[in-house]
Amino acid sequence: MKLRFEVDGDEFVLAGEASSKLKKVLMQLGISSQLIRKIAIAMYEAEINMVIHANGGFIDAEITPDKVFVSLSDTGPGIPDIELAMKEGYSTASDKVRELGFGAGMGLPNMKRYTDDMKVTSEVGKGTTVELTVFIS
Amino acid sequence: MKVRELMDQLELFLVAGASGVDKEVKTAYMGDMLSWVMANAQQNSAWITIQSHINIVAVASLLNLSCIIVAEGASVDEDTVEKANEEGMPIFSSDLNSYRLAVKMAELGIA
Repeated sequence: MKLRFEVDGDEFVLAGEASSKLKKVLMQLGISSQLIRKIAIAMYEAEINMVIHANGGFIDAEITPDKVFVSLSDTGPGIPDIELAMKEGYSTASDKVRELGFGAGMGLPNMKRYTDDMKVTSEVGKGTTVELTVFIS
Repeated sequence: MKVRELMDQLELFLVAGASGVDKEVKTAYMGDMLSWVMANAQQNSAWITIQSHINIVAVASLLNLSCIIVAEGASVDEDTVEKANEEGMPIFSSDLNSYRLAVKMAELGIA
């Protein structure tokens, strides 16, 4: 099953909507709540990043019997140093965003922690793609 | 314990999400940084926070939390209320601070 979501970068209010929708689909498919939790956490973090840093983008999710694969692509500013961005506590979020409880520097680490595979590709000035895989076993 | 019992015991003011008050509360989590909450709050938790913007509803729903308690009398945005009603996620407001709320919950036997 393939699903596509558009993430509106101006609509902070809607951030998390795509993750909520995918979660509902996974529940209907009878995926275990433990797996859904992992996917929901990782995807939410990635979705929020798209809104905070990249003015939105597209999310493609693919559900097969053995895994859930989520690819999030934006045309934002890109990540100059992915290794640094992966460090817990490192954040480039604005003060305004931090006051709302984001920008703890936990987004990318959480994605890694809650998925079986995570791949980040980014080009400065072009955008970023995050690919998340959780195996169904 | 049910969310509605917690509401009565702690004298919480129900702001939104009335349809979810029969959910079970097993434990609690306290935090204002959303990524920490995402990473660490367990399902069926009552979440104590001072954040009150709309994204708290998404966090709580994605994690299957039982309810959100907004501490220190922080006001809850109108769009947060709407979203919580839609999702059936109870949001309460309390004039107590997060620590006092946690102490009271511990006294009620919520581990």
